[in-house]
Amino acid sequence: MLSKKELFSRGMFDIAPHMLSVIPFGIICGAIGIDLGFNPYLVYAMSIIIFGGASQIVFLQLLSGGASSLVAVTSVGVINSRHLLYGAVLSEYLEKLSLIKKLLISYVVVDQGFAESNKFFKKNKTEKYLHYHLLGTGITMWVCWQIATLSGIILGSFVPDELGLKFAIPLTFIAIVVQDLKKIDHVIVMFVCGISSLLFFEAPFKSYILISPVIALFVAALLLRLKK
Amino acid sequence: MTWLSITIAGILTYFTRMTMIALVRRDLLGEKIKAVLAYVPSAVFPAIIFPAIFINDYGAYIEINDPKIFGALVAIIVGYFSRNVIATIFSGLLSYWIIIFVFLS
Repeated sequence: MLSKKELFSRGMFDIAPHMLSVIPFGIICGAIGIDLGFNPYLVYAMSIIIFGGASQIVFLQLLSGGASSLVAVTSVGVINSRHLLYGAVLSEYLEKLSLIKKLLISYVVVDQGFAESNKFFKKNKTEKYLHYHLLGTGITMWVCWQIATLSGIILGSFVPDELGLKFAIPLTFIAIVVQDLKKIDHVIVMFVCGISSLLFFEAPFKSYILISPVIALFVAALLLRLKK
Repeated sequence: MTWLSITIAGILTYFTRMTMIALVRRDLLGEKIKAVLAYVPSAVFPAIIFPAIFINDYGAYIEINDPKIFGALVAIIVGYFSRNVIATIFSGLLSYWIIIFVFLS
């Protein structure tokens, strides 16, 4: 049985490699907000109030491009709706927590943290304080995201554009799913999702990010039925 | 006005994070749904990966010889065998940089 502190550090350790892409992305995110002409306080407040990388950039880009607030808010909601799926997966491991703890821990659920903690949870189901791992990944992400966006806001994009560091984002997510390429059913689900995201990329409100997982999960359900 | 929009977007985002964890009882989800949920990472992350590789900043599809495709392939191979996140990200970036700075410059 691992202690709370050990689980928390394990979470920090598991999420740490992803900072290679999260930190440059945060810097870019802060710098873009200033480039687009927004108030620095407003750009930074988003990192606390929304705390969701891609959705923060999309929000500012839509507003500066003349979209209505309603369109911008809806897009953020649609992009972040993927958290509903993360929550559904994590709820199994968090169900014993009190309501107040559930409400608090929810704030730090992010893509990479979900992915790494979910991997850990699957292997260590019997640990008593599992949620400390999720706190470790989530809080590390939160702190790094705040520092990175703030640096981008204050210093501008000191990450040279030519380096193409935005490319680190898909690489982070490749690192997360790459081991599942060993399983043919997962490979099918991944391709269905990926191809759908390209086909529906132009759909309104960035809804490809919601449509593609729904299609892919539908295919996953079909595959499960075939397996029987 | 913008502050109000950000606040609403933030509340909305928080609800997407909190709803399934705090408000939905796990018993409501049957075994079948739980089995499907095991595919969530594979069903969500490619929707971030594919557009980030195959669609450029202007919303157009990239060429088949784009260095990003090469970088992604290297990352997949290195990641598959090394099982290491840093090696995956770094090999992808490095191969991408080698192409754009050595071969294309």
